[in-house]
Amino acid sequence: MGGACLGVCGASGVGKTLLLRSLADLDRHDGTVLLDGRGSSTYPGPEWRSLVALIPAESRWWYPEFGHHLPSGCNASDARQLLAACGFEDDVLGWQVSRLSTGEKQRLALVRALVRKPAVLLLDETGSGLDLENGLLLEKVVKEYRLAHDAPVIWVSHDREQLARVSRQLLTLQQNRIDIAGLAQTGEGRS
Amino acid sequence: MNVARLSSIDLCIAAGLVVLLALLSFRLKLGLERQMIYSAVRMTVQLLLIGMVLQYLFASRTWWLIVVVSLVMLVAAGAEVRSRLKHKIRGFFGFGVGAGSMFVSSFSVTLLALLVIINQHPWYEPRYAIPFLGMLLGNTMTGVALASDRMTSLFYEQRETLEQRLMLGQTWREAVADLRRDCMRTGMIPIINSMAAAGLVSLPGMMTGQILGGSPPVEAVKYQILIMFLIAAGTGFGVICSIMMIERHMFDKRHRLRMEKLAAAG
Repeated sequence: MGGACLGVCGASGVGKTLLLRSLADLDRHDGTVLLDGRGSSTYPGPEWRSLVALIPAESRWWYPEFGHHLPSGCNASDARQLLAACGFEDDVLGWQVSRLSTGEKQRLALVRALVRKPAVLLLDETGSGLDLENGLLLEKVVKEYRLAHDAPVIWVSHDREQLARVSRQLLTLQQNRIDIAGLAQTGEGRS
Repeated sequence: MNVARLSSIDLCIAAGLVVLLALLSFRLKLGLERQMIYSAVRMTVQLLLIGMVLQYLFASRTWWLIVVVSLVMLVAAGAEVRSRLKHKIRGFFGFGVGAGSMFVSSFSVTLLALLVIINQHPWYEPRYAIPFLGMLLGNTMTGVALASDRMTSLFYEQRETLEQRLMLGQTWREAVADLRRDCMRTGMIPIINSMAAAGLVSLPGMMTGQILGGSPPVEAVKYQILIMFLIAAGTGFGVICSIMMIERHMFDKRHRLRMEKLAAAG
């Protein structure tokens, strides 16, 4: 599903987050996850997770300033471009994380992940709980990244309207059952 | 040695003070009297027993008996470290962390002191071996327990932060680097401070005891300096060891955080 976006929905507790966590290899799981035909277990854990980036709904920060969360080796012009796309100026690098609003945090968490150039994006309720303007901006940035890098996106959300905007395929998780609706499956091994 | 011998009556006078305090606690409704008497009795019995054991040990000088006593002390210290963790590490490893790091902090350092510095014959001379080991176990335990408790608590409180660092492709070593530094500081700062305060603010117990026992103060001081160095080094090594054991244990080969290895508070 190169460059496509798969929406995932389902009732609370059905295992949407667990699905993403298993794909990112954060939880022990059965089965094999393939990326371009290569299994996750053949990569070292950290390398796999830098390819398959999971972005959770609520971001945590471990340095006082936002800028320190970007990898030291990252391309400055890429970072600037991403920040601009998310509606920030360069001075955001020196902003105190503790003073960020929810919307700013979500957008910056996206920047923090995208600047590392993952091959697959796993979004867990990203953009939910935001006002429409912020949400749309976020969706636009994800779409641009997806198309520019041919990166598949799996987007978990409670918000059906949001999923309809971002994805043409919808996966509904239910107890013991999975429904796929929308366009025909691409059938590739890339998950 | 001309130690003023203590009679039972002397001890009873001192015990009378504790009883007085207990009465006062009852009168002031502090509710501490029961606990106070219990602890006082327990202390007396334990010390009398250890006094008898030591007397026998010093007289017999059997090496394997000393090894057995040392191991019992080590196991007790390991269990004590475990019991001081707010978030216990599940399974035998929880005890292993304590015992392992207390072994590093106290056993190895005591052994070095006995073999290289004290240099008595036989090297396991109980008059040196047991007090050295006891003092090191007792004094390094605080640091090791503090550091381990902080480490497991931080793992619990910051599990989401740790995972989000892993999600960005960090290795477990990168993800815990800040916690590790924090906990190692927590474990080592008290002993560093008490080295600075020794002699000015406090007269260390061992030195005081030696002086009471009739040693010239300068000799007593030299022993105290030696023991402070050993405690500081032992604490440091023990803290490093416990932190490294815990952090390694909490992640698996795929660099996944394994929170199920940690129990909730209690």
